[in-house]
Amino acid sequence: MTTTTISTESGFSKILRNVWTALTKVPPVYPIFIVLFILVTFLSPTYSSMNGIMAFLRRTAPLAILAVGQMMVLSSGGFDLSQGSVVTMVCLGSSLLLNNDPANAYPAIGIMMAIGIGVGLVNGLVTSYLKVPSFIVTLGMMLLVKGLALYWVGGAPKGYFTDNWRMWGRGYIENVPIFDRFPIGLILLIVVGGIAWYIFHRANFGKQVLAIGDNVKAAKFSGVKVNFVRVSAFVISSFLAVIGGIMTGGYGGVNVTIGEGMELQAIAGCVVGGVLLGGGKGSVPNVIFGAYTLEILFTVLNLLGLPKPYRDVIQGLIIIATVAYVALSTRRKR
Amino acid sequence: MTTTTLPGKRFSQFFRSLNIPPVYYFLIVIFLGSGILDVIYSDGQIFSNQAIRLNILVRSVALGIVAVGQTLVIISGSIDLSVAYMISITSVMSSYIMQGQTENIFLAIVVVFAIGALVGLVNGLIITKLHVNPFIATLGVGLILKGIINATFSNYTGSVPRSFEFFGYERLGPIPVSVIILFLVVLGGWFLLSRTKFGSHLYGVGGNVEVARLCGLRTDRVVIGAHILCSMTAVLTGLFIVSRLRAGAPWVGPDGVYDLESIATVVIGGTLLSGGKGGVWGTLAGVIIFSILSTAFNQLGVNPYLTLVLRGAIVILAVASYTYRSKNMVA
Amino acid sequence: MTEELLISMDEKSENSEPLMEVRNICKRFPGVQALNDVSLKFFPGLVHAVMGENGAGKSTLMKIMAGAYTPDSGEVILTGKKVTFSHPHEAHQQGVSIIYQEFNLLPDRTVAQNIFLGREQTKFGLIDTDALNKQSTAVLKEMGMDDVIKPTTMCHTLSVAEQQIAEIAKAISFDSKVLIMDEPTAALSSTEVKILNELILRLKTRGMAIIFISHRLNEVFEIADEITVLKDGVWVGTVNSKDATPEQLVHMMVGRELDHYFPPLGKPEDFGEVVLSVKDGNNAFLSGINFQLRRGEVLGVAGLQGSGRTELAQALFGVDPFKSGSVTLLGKPIVVRSPSHAIKMKMGFVTEDRKKEGIWPMQPIRDNMLMTVRAIQFMFGGISKDGIRRARKLVPNLGKQVDVRTDSYDREVQFLSGGNQQKVVLAKWLASEAKVFLFDEPTRGIDVEAKASIHDMIRALTKKGIAVLMISSELPEIIGMSDRILVMRDGKIAGELPAKSSENDIMLMATGHNPGNGSNKMTAAGEN
Repeated sequence: MTTTTISTESGFSKILRNVWTALTKVPPVYPIFIVLFILVTFLSPTYSSMNGIMAFLRRTAPLAILAVGQMMVLSSGGFDLSQGSVVTMVCLGSSLLLNNDPANAYPAIGIMMAIGIGVGLVNGLVTSYLKVPSFIVTLGMMLLVKGLALYWVGGAPKGYFTDNWRMWGRGYIENVPIFDRFPIGLILLIVVGGIAWYIFHRANFGKQVLAIGDNVKAAKFSGVKVNFVRVSAFVISSFLAVIGGIMTGGYGGVNVTIGEGMELQAIAGCVVGGVLLGGGKGSVPNVIFGAYTLEILFTVLNLLGLPKPYRDVIQGLIIIATVAYVALSTRRKR
Repeated sequence: MTTTTLPGKRFSQFFRSLNIPPVYYFLIVIFLGSGILDVIYSDGQIFSNQAIRLNILVRSVALGIVAVGQTLVIISGSIDLSVAYMISITSVMSSYIMQGQTENIFLAIVVVFAIGALVGLVNGLIITKLHVNPFIATLGVGLILKGIINATFSNYTGSVPRSFEFFGYERLGPIPVSVIILFLVVLGGWFLLSRTKFGSHLYGVGGNVEVARLCGLRTDRVVIGAHILCSMTAVLTGLFIVSRLRAGAPWVGPDGVYDLESIATVVIGGTLLSGGKGGVWGTLAGVIIFSILSTAFNQLGVNPYLTLVLRGAIVILAVASYTYRSKNMVA
Repeated sequence: MTEELLISMDEKSENSEPLMEVRNICKRFPGVQALNDVSLKFFPGLVHAVMGENGAGKSTLMKIMAGAYTPDSGEVILTGKKVTFSHPHEAHQQGVSIIYQEFNLLPDRTVAQNIFLGREQTKFGLIDTDALNKQSTAVLKEMGMDDVIKPTTMCHTLSVAEQQIAEIAKAISFDSKVLIMDEPTAALSSTEVKILNELILRLKTRGMAIIFISHRLNEVFEIADEITVLKDGVWVGTVNSKDATPEQLVHMMVGRELDHYFPPLGKPEDFGEVVLSVKDGNNAFLSGINFQLRRGEVLGVAGLQGSGRTELAQALFGVDPFKSGSVTLLGKPIVVRSPSHAIKMKMGFVTEDRKKEGIWPMQPIRDNMLMTVRAIQFMFGGISKDGIRRARKLVPNLGKQVDVRTDSYDREVQFLSGGNQQKVVLAKWLASEAKVFLFDEPTRGIDVEAKASIHDMIRALTKKGIAVLMISSELPEIIGMSDRILVMRDGKIAGELPAKSSENDIMLMATGHNPGNGSNKMTAAGEN
């Protein structure tokens, strides 16, 4: 039943109130990001330079891409704990496949993409048809894929990455107006983000993902192809983990533990970006900013001179604090 | 209402009332399977070797003790991802305090259990008072613990006096002390769950927290209690490990993948990840399954990386054996 | 007019001391005054029904009495003493229990464990399971239910009616003097309602005061001694059930006459060709299903709980398809393999439980409405915010069609009332342009005004040439809405009855006695 209230406010205060209402609807991740960004520019002149900003954006892009993939799965009500191991597989496996020959770069990338899609298919199909909770499936796959990767390369990376393979994570496009050097990784992120935004926010796919996460039974009864959508979400998540893996390897080189824990960071980035663990809520730009917010935070800590172990402590505190903040503000809204 | 029943029917009634978790059938399969592999590939030398059989049980102790704690937490509807680092902290702190001196054992034990209780309390408070998802909360606390450990210790620290090694190495007759302690812990967990009010409340809170609240249960206290108990089992596991290694090291916890494996064994054992249902006997079976596999693969000379692959596959398949028949829609 | 029916406070004889009383209760929620100066008395040994539209304040009042809410002002008085409950558990301990529509039982625990959750008896510090079971049996015996439910049964194996009995047992175990029930018969079949009524009568003799909320007039008249009507948070009146008529009650609730309750039935010229026909349909639950559904008609499906009505709809819709037999849609034989297939065949299914199966609570109204459209379009294609290309204003149009009351289509559906939620579900199916609509309990748990609204909409569908199959447990709804009535029993179609058949005839057929005095035209199932 609608109730109408007769407003006796002046025009100006009405405008103020509308602005306030609009502001409170802004997801918390954005103000946090802005505040931290301003903070970081004060702490270090590098970050107020275009080069510095671009470098920062470049090194965090892989995590942001992983977060986008993870979000697809989280929104559908599941978990993808295998993303980190996919990154490990991509880096270790590519070090072998490349065989120090640039000609192998694209075939290697192709093979890795196929592997990624395969992992996603297993995750999705086992969850959908064997009814195993995705937490367990992807946990098992995390062990399985890591084991396979290590077995494949015999415990240590073989060879280095060729330049044309590395460029996705490491390269720049030079002489760009305004930005000067524009990271290729950032271009990848923008392209991936754009496509992801379209399929999640505009296309029918995203709404159906949310439908599965919010009320899977209603989704089934309304004609949503639940299994197809769910499997697709997992495939996207693993595929994006492959891309993130190529970028990560390209950026920093490879060691045995590369990629470990990335899925947890991706989940953390998603949570900061307002995704509900359990499904039903998600947004591509929010989680990208969530991942960046997390990284900015660590950068701030680094700049404050905290040695690495303390970084872990702060990381833990921040993750808890952010989620608590989101949880408490959601409760207030209810 | 007494009716005369055939002995066979009475037996099947009794059998059903025992409520054997399905995982035990799986355990029998694994056991037989490994036995067969053993016969084929090494002339039955593995399982006939008493030392190896014992090894299986001892391997179960470390994971088993902490898995009991994890069972309690999961039944209450929560989860604990901080146990690995709790184990690490226990190992370095206890070893550091003991410094190889028997006189310090008591102090070391008191200190680490106090730390464990504190960590469990913190976990519980963050989850219940700040309303943070348990996954995130314990993940965060684990990271904090990781940072603290790595900031203070970077290598083997201190040492464990000979006298403490009884935990890890001594036997009472043919049975190792550690296995007895494992059994006692499992028994204690079972007792707590089935015979005490707290246990009943754990199932209540895990089954439906709103219903529990309506019945006047202090749901926060129940969850906090579960987390404290879980952290303390992690402490006990840490003490066991350090008594075997004879010195503590910061990588002990994460190396053993105790967080994920404890969760895996709990779920394989038939406890619902969402809470409200399950028990410690199933978890024990899950732990033993993992131990048999580890030992068998080790002895058969299977590449350790492949063991990882198989572990992952087993986790999935074991749970699938319960769930593939269910009609639920799962995430 | 209603004053004559009102019970004057001094006239109460016999049980003249009220067991529980509320005085001048006021309760406000943001934006709405839920209760405004409501005073009521509840006497021991009497059954008191509270009726009114959604938003009338019934639930709020019950929750205040049960300790789930605290009143802004006013008093709650129990056996002559003023009480304040800060938690439902306190109310339990003082003898006031409430049973909600959504049951509060733990599925993986036994009945006894559920009853005594939080109050477990201990012997030497340990739970005394034997004592718990014995006490549970004692309570069940008092209720006359000890052969229906055993204390060691797991609650997830109980039927809906059995769960309710378990909940009542829990209340009695608290030695409750006041039992409050919210829509107790909503999910029960008529046999189960009879059992519940017997139980209520038994509880009456114990001197308990029983209060329940209901939307079902005939049940209220059958079991209640006193009936109170609330409207917009205000007390309208309290009557003796012996002295009042349904029409008067409806008038008190909505100010409308009873004959506007249902829209007029279809006339023979409204009915077109056969749209859906099933021959010899069988699956795990159903056998020998034969019937036909014509364009423009409402085919009511009646039957007891468990007779297979929902299963019939689920078979038609591809949730649990027929294993054998043939289904013909618009003359073409089809096999419906899945819900998305059924939707492509232009079928729609408004299910029994909108919360579990019909809505997406965290999604905005517009996304709820457009889901069926999205589900059959190309997965990675997009439709505009409000609708498909050729109907850009689909969402607002649907909103108007179903009369959903909201200020914005961006509002999350979980914040709507039950009636509005059901309207959103209806809009979702209208959007799919279904030609055959299956309804399963379309107005369950919805207030009188929204009910009438939905009935009008169903009839409007038929006027557009849509064929409607409507399952309902409310016989007045079946009789008021159906152009033909199918009666199911034990997974089969027991028979077909014509429009305006009596409740008696329907019940007889549903329970297995075919009406023998030729007062209706009984057709052999399947023949037209």
